[in-house]
Parts: sequence; C-alpha cells; structure tokens
Amino acid sequence: MKRSSWKEYEKEIADDHYYYARSCIRQNFFPGSETTFLRIMREALGKDIYDDPRHTSCTGIGYHSDIVPLDTTMAVVARQFALMTEAGYENIAISCITSFGLYTEILETWHEFPETEARARENLFKATGREFRKPANIAHTSDIVFHNREVIAAQAVRKLVNAETGAPLNIVEHIGCHYAKIFPKSGIGGSEFPYVLAGMVEEWGGRVVDYPERRHCCGFGFRNYIVQANRGFSIANSRKKLESMAPYKPDMMVANCPGCAMFLDKWQYAIAEMENVTYGADGRGIPVLTYEEMAGLVLGYDPWDMGMQMHQVDTEQVLQKMGVRYDPAAKFLGRAGKFIGAPAAAAVNTFSGDRIYRIKT
Amino acid sequence: MGIYTTVWVGWGVYLCGMGKYFDLLMEDVRLREGLKACMNCGVCTGVCPSAEFYDYDPRRIVNTIQGRDDAEIEALLRSETIWYCGECMSCRPRCPRGNTPGYIIQALRTLSQKLGFFVESEKGRQQLALKRTIGQHILDKGYCITPRLVAPGIHPEQGPVWEWAVANDTELFSRLSPNYMEAGAGAIRDIDRETIGEIQRIFEVSGGAAFFENIEAASDAKAREMGFDGATDEYMKQTYTFNSGNHS
Repeated sequence: MKRSSWKEYEKEIADDHYYYARSCIRQNFFPGSETTFLRIMREALGKDIYDDPRHTSCTGIGYHSDIVPLDTTMAVVARQFALMTEAGYENIAISCITSFGLYTEILETWHEFPETEARARENLFKATGREFRKPANIAHTSDIVFHNREVIAAQAVRKLVNAETGAPLNIVEHIGCHYAKIFPKSGIGGSEFPYVLAGMVEEWGGRVVDYPERRHCCGFGFRNYIVQANRGFSIANSRKKLESMAPYKPDMMVANCPGCAMFLDKWQYAIAEMENVTYGADGRGIPVLTYEEMAGLVLGYDPWDMGMQMHQVDTEQVLQKMGVRYDPAAKFLGRAGKFIGAPAAAAVNTFSGDRIYRIKT
Repeated sequence: MGIYTTVWVGWGVYLCGMGKYFDLLMEDVRLREGLKACMNCGVCTGVCPSAEFYDYDPRRIVNTIQGRDDAEIEALLRSETIWYCGECMSCRPRCPRGNTPGYIIQALRTLSQKLGFFVESEKGRQQLALKRTIGQHILDKGYCITPRLVAPGIHPEQGPVWEWAVANDTELFSRLSPNYMEAGAGAIRDIDRETIGEIQRIFEVSGGAAFFENIEAASDAKAREMGFDGATDEYMKQTYTFNSGNHS
C-alpha cells in the first residue's frame, strides 16, 4: 500500500463560521481541551465559532448503549441542526467522535431512507416547534485543526521534538473508531490509513509510530465500560494496544476521541495497580494527550491552563522533553489561584525498574 | 411469510412463525442497511474486540439472521450473545460483502427490549442500569454524563487524579472553562430548563420515553421473579455489578 494512500480519502472542510457541538465526555474529562480548541480557533486562526449554551448531548452514549431509540436520537440531533440554523450557521464542528459518527450516520440514513428524515422533522416540530436545514459542512474538530496545521506550524513556539537532542518525539496516534470506521469517506485518510492526527504530528516535527494494533479499539465498548460488571472487556482491549505499542518506545500518545484519550490514560493506572506493569520506556506510564493539548503546546500555551493536570499519567515527562517551561506548583491551583491540594500518588507515575513492560524485540 | 401463532410475552402481543422475527427486524433501517448477503468468511470475527474477550462470533449472528429461522432468532433475542458487542463498528469497513454486524446487533437489541426478552439474560438485564444512569441523566441534565455521575466510589479505575478532580470540581472546572454548573456557555454548564423541557418532549413524541418505560416494566416483573421486591435500587445494583463469569 502506498504511503500516500490517505490522499484517496480527502474531504472538504469549511474554512470559517462554525457552530460548535460540545462533547459530553470531552467536557467531563478534558474541559480545558474544549477551551483550548476555541482559543486556537479564535486567537491563533482568527475564526468565527459559536458556542451555544442551548446545545445538549446528542444522546450518543445512550444510543450506543441501546437505551435510546434511533428515532429519538435523530430528533435530538435534528434539534442541534435547528439551533445551528437559527443562529445563522451552516458548518458544524463536532468535538466528540461518537457524535461525529452519529451525525454522519444520521445524515446518510436520511439520504438512504427519506422517511426517517420526515419522521425526525415531524417529531422535532411536535416537541419544540423548531425546523432546520441540514449542515452544508460537517467536520470533527480534529479535521479543522488538521486543515489548519500549516498555519499553526507557522506560529509554532516549539516543535514535537526532544529539545535537548533535537530528535523527533515518537508519537502513537489513536483514532476513535467512529471517526471513519462507519463511513470511511467521512475521515481524512479513511479507516485504514487515517491521517488526521498523523498529519499534525508530521507537520509539527514529530514521528508517527506504526505498530500492529494501531487500528484496534481502545476498549470503550459503551455498555462494556459503563456497567461495572463488564469493565474487563474495556481494560483487556486497552492492554492489547498498550502491549503492542510498548516495543516502539513512544514518548506519548495522542487521540482525537475524548473517550479513547481517557481510557488509554486511566487503564494504564489500573494495570499498574493490578499487575505492577507500566508501558513507558522509563518505567512509568505513557502520557496520553488530546490533539488540542498537543496543538496548544506547539503554540506555547500553558499546560495547566489547558487542563493537563487532569491526566492520570503525568504529562510532565513530555513537557520536559519538549522544553516547556511550566510552574509545578500551578498544577494544583483552582480558580483565582487557590491551592486545592494534590491527588494521591499512583504507581503509574512512580519509577520502578521491575515494573517496565518486558519489551519484546 | 408462514402460518403464525399468537403468543403473549407480557409486554404485548406478537405473531410467531417462520420469518416473523426477521420481518420485525427488517422494520429497523439498521437491519436493512446492515444485512446484505453474508458468505461466512469471518473477517468480522477476526477484527472484533468482543470476539477476543467473549465467547462471541458476529459471523454466526449474521448467518443466523439471514437464515430467518424464528426459533433461532428468538434464542438470540433472549441470549447473552447479543449484548457482548461494543458497537465500535470495526466490522463495518472490513466486510467484503458490505454487511455491518454492528448494525444487526443494534436492531436485535432494540427488538429484544421491545419484546421484553432482554431480561432473560444477565447482560441484557443491565439495560436497566444503563437507562437509570445515562438515560436519566440525559433527561435531567442534558448530558450523558457529568463529573459527579462518574463517582469515584463506583469508578475506582478512574484513579486518584479523577477523585481529586471530582472532590474539587467547582474550583478545577471553573479554572478551565467558564460557567461550570452555571448558566451560559462553556463546559458542563447548567443547561436551562426550557432546553431540558424540549429534550423531554422529544423523548415523549419520538418513542424514547415509552422505550424507557418498557425497560422499567420488564425489569420490574423479572426482578419479582428473581425474588426482589420489584426493580428496586438493590436489583439495579445487582444488574450493574454481577458477573457470573460465564461469558468467555
């Protein structure tokens, strides 16, 4: 397969004027990443993006847990389109991968089965009196950062390189399944060679790690994580990926799906506690960044203003490699600079020579 | 279509005969989109994260459905099997014949709940916990989750940083985004009551509320059969935590 095969799956991404659709999971676990995305859009790129307080969940997690029927989800998504229409926008920028997949799927379903669109319109009107136009352009927010990667590179304060040696950082990119596995044409690079994150990494000076389980699911599996009795599924699939990537000694991971970023981070903690195993080359965990955080570091943003203190695997090892100057004490400050204490220590952040994953070479 | 027999299942009347379950499934656009003609190559099973972890074979499920045999499909609707899929949809781009086993699973799960069969399996009974957590949160808050729903006590895997984040949520989230749990734009803002009312009305007119009620009613009957005093919190907790270990 040719290296440039991702170019067979390019898509049109609107240049400006977006309606922002927030993500339940990203807001919860990475609220600073959504703030950072808006900052990049407005300050670094000079774009117009509308953050609507009336926007809600698309029901995606409920839909994929099979408790919310398709007609209901379609009507809720139709309401988002109505809000977008009323606000005068036609380009939608979606923060969540589950939502992005769902919006894409709904638009395709409406095209394939027009009676479902008619029902969604009727249900929405009955419930809210609202009507809508379908978006002219639909993009995941990582698509938009990819689209502007060269503009960001031109403003870069630092690159994705080891500041001491000048060597590119080894970066594992993880693409959320619903970004392109449902509709390969909806993602840059399709489902087999997604380039949306790899393009950012390469543009900003890093090196992308290719490894056997690169396209394997992070292990969310909706009901397979949410229900406590099922979480073995989730951790087992994350571990499969971690074991596959460890021999390539990644300096960090980056994900475009907020759930994936959270699971690949938190399950490293759990595996370290349960089995005394970590996957980083130095005996600690491998930091997992969101692409907003990665872009923000390149642009010189403060890591704690971006919320990187919310990661379970400490991100300082990446900051130090990149030569980022940061205030260690500011990590634990709340609003108005109030000290709020520090989390308890965890094995995944503590060096131990006997914990290093046995790297098979 | 064959000769049908009227059968009571507790939550409604339906007709049973060769191909009837298949016809019911075909009312779901996801089945029409997801089932073409399976040649049993097994690529879907090869790439499936659930097949690695559970005794699960999406190839066999697709083959059962395209066989249209009512008894076999009913057995699936009452089984543990249909609840193993993680809906990652890794199967979809890989199938050389354009099938989507994940869509077929979605149609099966929906029908299993409509007919009340979901309570006949350990994994199926978990739908009550999903409805009362994620489902209720959408109706009450407008989000699938908010920080305090991911309570450290029932999410020990989230680790000490999350425990710290939840304990200091107002301070921490307010540093990172405007309007935490307050009116206005921003992450985890308080969504206004008018908006919440619209979401609730959408659920009512589009079948979501009735679907929830059906999960409750079927769960309540099953809970009593299992010796609980109805679908109590104790029953829900049991569905949320119990794992027989008979799934792989």
